[in-house]
Amino acid sequence: MISTQLPAIVLLLTLLSAPICSMIRNGDHAWKLAMFAVWLSVAAAFALMSQVWGGTTLSYHMGGWPPPWGIEVRVDELSALVLILITLFGALVISALRESLRTVMRSHRHSLYYATFLLCMAALIGITITGDAFNVFVFLEISSLSTYALIARGRDRRALVAAFRYLIMGTIGATFILIAIGFMYMVTGTLNMADLAQRLPEHADNKVIQASFAFFTVGIALKVAVFPLHYWLPNAYTYAPKATTAFLAATATKVALYVMIRFIFDVYGVEFSFSQMRLDMLLIPLSIAGILLGSMTAIFQSDVKRLLAWSSVAQLGYMVLGVALLNTSGLTSAVTHMFNHAMMKAGLFLALAAMIYRVGSSNLRDLAGIGRTMPLTTAAFVILGAGLVGVPLTAGFISKWYLVSAALDKGWLPLAALLIISSLMALAYIAKIVDAAYFQPVPDQHQNVRDVPVSILTPVWVFALLTIYFGIDTRMTAGVAERVAQALLSVAS
Amino acid sequence: MIEGLFNYWVVIILMMAGLYVVMASRHLVKKIIGLNIFQTAVFILFISLGKVSGGTAPIIADGFAVYSNPLPHVLILTAIVVGVATTALGLAIAVRVYEAYDTVDEEDIAALDAEDQQRDNAVSTVTDTTS
Amino acid sequence: MTMPTLMLLTLIIPLVGGVLLTFQTNANTRDIISLVTASVLFLVVLGIYPGVLSGQSEALILAEPITGLAFSLQAEPLGLLFATVASGLWILTTIYGIGYMRGNNETNQTRFFFCFAISIAAAMGIAFAGNLITLFVFYEMLTLATYPLVTHKGNEDARRGGRVYLGILMFTSIGFLLFAILWTYSLTGTTDFTPGGILQGNASPTIALILLTLFAFGTGKAALMPFHRWLPAAMVAPTPVSALLHAVAVVKAGVFTVLKITVYVFGIDFIADTGAGTIVLWVAAFTLTAASIVALTKDNLKARLAYSTVGQLSYVVVGAMLANAAGIIGAAMQIAMHAMGKITLFFCAGAIYVATHKTNISQLDGLGHKMPFTFAAFFIGSVSIIGLPPMGGAWSKWFLLMGSADAQQWILIGLLLLSSLLNIAYLLPIVGRGFFRPLPAQDAAQYTAGTIQEAPINCVVPLCLTAAGCVALFLFGDAIYEFLQPVFTVAEPAGPAQ
Repeated sequence: MISTQLPAIVLLLTLLSAPICSMIRNGDHAWKLAMFAVWLSVAAAFALMSQVWGGTTLSYHMGGWPPPWGIEVRVDELSALVLILITLFGALVISALRESLRTVMRSHRHSLYYATFLLCMAALIGITITGDAFNVFVFLEISSLSTYALIARGRDRRALVAAFRYLIMGTIGATFILIAIGFMYMVTGTLNMADLAQRLPEHADNKVIQASFAFFTVGIALKVAVFPLHYWLPNAYTYAPKATTAFLAATATKVALYVMIRFIFDVYGVEFSFSQMRLDMLLIPLSIAGILLGSMTAIFQSDVKRLLAWSSVAQLGYMVLGVALLNTSGLTSAVTHMFNHAMMKAGLFLALAAMIYRVGSSNLRDLAGIGRTMPLTTAAFVILGAGLVGVPLTAGFISKWYLVSAALDKGWLPLAALLIISSLMALAYIAKIVDAAYFQPVPDQHQNVRDVPVSILTPVWVFALLTIYFGIDTRMTAGVAERVAQALLSVAS
Repeated sequence: MIEGLFNYWVVIILMMAGLYVVMASRHLVKKIIGLNIFQTAVFILFISLGKVSGGTAPIIADGFAVYSNPLPHVLILTAIVVGVATTALGLAIAVRVYEAYDTVDEEDIAALDAEDQQRDNAVSTVTDTTS
Repeated sequence: MTMPTLMLLTLIIPLVGGVLLTFQTNANTRDIISLVTASVLFLVVLGIYPGVLSGQSEALILAEPITGLAFSLQAEPLGLLFATVASGLWILTTIYGIGYMRGNNETNQTRFFFCFAISIAAAMGIAFAGNLITLFVFYEMLTLATYPLVTHKGNEDARRGGRVYLGILMFTSIGFLLFAILWTYSLTGTTDFTPGGILQGNASPTIALILLTLFAFGTGKAALMPFHRWLPAAMVAPTPVSALLHAVAVVKAGVFTVLKITVYVFGIDFIADTGAGTIVLWVAAFTLTAASIVALTKDNLKARLAYSTVGQLSYVVVGAMLANAAGIIGAAMQIAMHAMGKITLFFCAGAIYVATHKTNISQLDGLGHKMPFTFAAFFIGSVSIIGLPPMGGAWSKWFLLMGSADAQQWILIGLLLLSSLLNIAYLLPIVGRGFFRPLPAQDAAQYTAGTIQEAPINCVVPLCLTAAGCVALFLFGDAIYEFLQPVFTVAEPAGPAQ
C-alpha cells in the first residue's frame, strides 16, 4: 500500500511539514519535526530507488486522473538519484543546522528558517518527480523564492544585495522557461512531458518550437549558472548563511541541471536539440570557458567561501560539458558528477561553516593553522577537497575519469589535456587552503579554537566518508548514470 | 499584419519595456516594477493563447458550442500568484537593503560594498567571534 | 598462505604498525614496534618468493569502481625485487633512525615513524600494483606521506624545500602521468600490467613516442631533467629519510614505475620496433652526464649525494629505454645495487653529522682516522656506485653496457663510461680527504680531547651491514639474473612473432 504511494509521500512529507514548522514557536521542536520529515524522505527516496532499480519507470497519477489530463508524477532512475541527492544531503545539512544557527539568529526565528528550508526542499523534490512541464515552472519558482529568502538571512548586509540580484536574475530565468513552456503548449496543446516528447518531433521545423528551445536554454542556463550567466552565484554563495550555502551548493544548481537534461533529452529530444539546433556548439565553448575562468578566479580568492563558490562555477562547467559532449561517457560523467559534486561541495561548505562557527571568518588569514586547532574538521575538509581535485579513490575521480574518457572517445586530445590542466588548477586552490591550514602559524587570537560540537562534526564526516565510499562503490552513482545515459541517448537512434 | 497579431505586438512591447527597466534602472524598486511588467507580458501571452475566436467563457450552457480554452487561464492564475510572491519578497528585501545601506540606488550600494570588501581584507575579524 | 593474502599483508602490516606507533608514549616500546613491524614485513615479502618462482600470478582485486578499472595487486619478479630491497633496508633504516633521531634529539618522533610506516606501505603498493591506476594511487600516497617527513624540521628552509618537492611531484604526476594513463585506457580499454604489453597494435609509433615520453616525465620521482629539482630540495629532510626514501623507496619507486611501464604496458619488443624510447633515452643520457657534473660542484655532502642519485636513476631509465633483455636486467639490477650503495653513503653522511655536526665536504679533512668504520663503509659504497668489482654495482653497469652494445648505441656507451669517470671524481676525493688530509689546526684540540668519535653504535652497525651488502650483491649477482629471467620468458611468447 505504502510502496505504491511513495512518489506522493516523498513530496508531501516536506511540503506539509513546512507550514507546520512555521507555526511552531519553539525552534528546537521545529528542528525535531524537520529532522523527522527529512529523514523519512531520505528513506522514501531510497525505497523509490530500489523500486526503479535496473531501469523501470514509475508513473503515479495525482488524484487518480490519468495523464495527459491529470498531473503525472514520474520516477525513473535519474530522478530517484536526484531525489536521494536532495533528501540525503539536505538531511545532513539540517542535522548540523540547529547547532550552527545558534550563533547566528535568535531562537524564535529558527522555526521560520526551518520552514523555508523545508519548503525549498519540497519544491526541489517536486521539480524532480513531476511529469508536467508547468509544474516544473511552479516548483522552480517556489524553490527559488525560498532560496532568495534563505540567502537574505545572511549576517552580512551584502547578503541582501546578493539575494536581490539573484531574485532578479532568477525570475527572468524562470519567466523565460515559462515562455518556452507556453510556446510548446501553443503548438502541441499539452503540458505532460511524456506527451510533449511524442508530439514535438513532428513540429521540429516550427519556428515557435525553435524559439521555445532558445528561451528554455537561456532560462535554464541562468539557473544552472552556465558561464557567462553565473554572475549571481559567487555572491549568493558567499553571503548566504554558512550552513545554507552547503544546501544551496548541493541542490539548487544540480536540480536545474536535472531539468536541463530532462528537457533537452526527453522533451525536446536529442535529435532536435543537437542535430538541428546544434546546442553542443553553444555549450561546449561556454562550459570550457566556465571551467577555466572559474578555476582561475578561484585560485586568486583569499576568502575560502568565495573560492569554493568560484570552484562551483568551474565544476558546473564540467557537468554541462559532459552533457554537451553527447556520448555515453560524457553523460555518465555529467550525472555522476552532479551527485558527487553535490556531496563534496555540500561537505566542504559544511566543514567551512564549522570553521566559521569557531573562527568567525572564512578568510584564509583567519584559517591559518586551523589544522592544528580543529584537526578533525580540517581532516574532513582535506578529504572532501581531494575529492574535488579528483584524487583516485574519491568520488571526484570517478566523474572526472568518465569526462576525460568522453573527450578521448571523441578523439579530442586537447580537450582532455585541458581537463587535466583544470584539475591541476583545482589542486592549486585546494593546496592553498591546505597550506594555510597546516603550515601557517596559528594567529594569537585563535589559539583557543577547538573542534566543533559532535552535532556538526558528524554530518561533516558523513560527507567525507561518503566521498570515499562513492569513490570505490559506484553502483549507485556511475552505474545508474551509465544506464540513464544509454537510455537518454538511445531515444535518438 | 499588425491587426491579426495585435496581442503578440503588445506582448513584445511590454516584455522589452520590462526587461529594459530591469537592466537600465538603478533603483531597486523600479527594477521590481520592471520585472512585474516583464512578467505581465508573459501572462498576457498565455491568456491570449486561450482565446478561441467567437468562444465564450467555458461554462456549459445551452446555445454555446465554442468555448475559450480555460487551461492557460488557470495556469496563469498560478503564475500570477508566483509573481505576487516574488514581488512581495523583492520589496521586502529592498526594504531591508534600505535599512542596511540607507539607499536603494544600486551604484551607491556597489560603492558601499567595495568599502566593506576593503575592510574585510584589511582587518582581521576578531570581533565577529563574540557575536 | 596464498599470494593474494601475503600481498595484502604487505600493505596492512606497515599501516597497522604505523597506527600502533601513534598510541605509544614510551619511546622504547615505540622503537620496538617499529623494528618488529619492519622485520615481519620483510619476512612476509620473502614469503612471496616461492609463489613467484613457481610462476603463480594470482591477482588480488580490492575494488572495481569502473568496469575494466580495478584496484588490484599482482606480484611479478620486478616488483618483488623492489619490495625486497625496500622492506629489507627498512629494518636497517629503523635501527639507524632510532640512533639518529635520539642522537640529534629530534622532535615529533612519533609522527616521523608513523609517516615512515605509511611511506613503506605505499612503496609496497607500488611494487605489487596490478595495473596503472593502482600504481598511480600508491604513487600519490607515497608523495603525500613523505611530505611531512621532508618538512620535518618545520623551519622556513624545510617548508620551501617541501613546496618544491610537492609542487614538482604533484604537477608531473597529475599533468603527465595521469593523462598518459587515461590515454592508454582510452586506447586499450585496460590499464592492467600484462606481459608483452597492452599497447601493441593499439597505438601508432607517433602516439607511442608521445605516450612513453609523457609516462617518463610524468614519473617525476624518476628525476629526469628538467624535473629533478625536487630531489635536492628534499635533502632538507633528516638523514634517515634521505637514506631510505630519497635513495631507495621514493626514487626507486619512480624508476621502477618507468621500468614496469616499459615492460608491461608497452612491451620491450614494441618499444624496440617503434623507437618510442628515443626521446627519453637521450634525455636520460643527458641527465646522467649533467647530474654528475653538477655533483662535482657541490660542497654540501648531501647535495652531492642527491645529484649523484639523479644521475644514477637515469641509468635505470636508460636501461629501460634500450628495450632489450640486457638493458632491462641491468636496469632492474641497478635499482637494487644503487639502493644498497647509496643508502650506505647516506648512512655515512648521517653518521658524520651526528658525530661532528659537519655537513660540508671541505670540513671532513682527517676525520677518517677518528671514524674509521664510517669512512671505510663510505669507500665501499662509493666503489659500488662507480661500478667497479668486487662490488654489486659492477653487475648493473656491466649489463647496461651490454645492453647499449646490443642496441648499437655507441655514443651512449661513451657517455656511460664518461659518467663512471665523473663518479670517481666526485665520490673518491671525499674518502681521500678523510684519510689522507691532515687535521685542521682549529679542530685538533677537540680531536685530542676525544669529543669527536664514531657515531652511536645504532648508526654504525647498519652502515657496516649495507657496506657488506654491496659486496654480497656482487657475489649473488648471478642469482638476481636468474630470478629476473621469467620477465622475458613470459614476455616473449606473448609478443607477436617477428
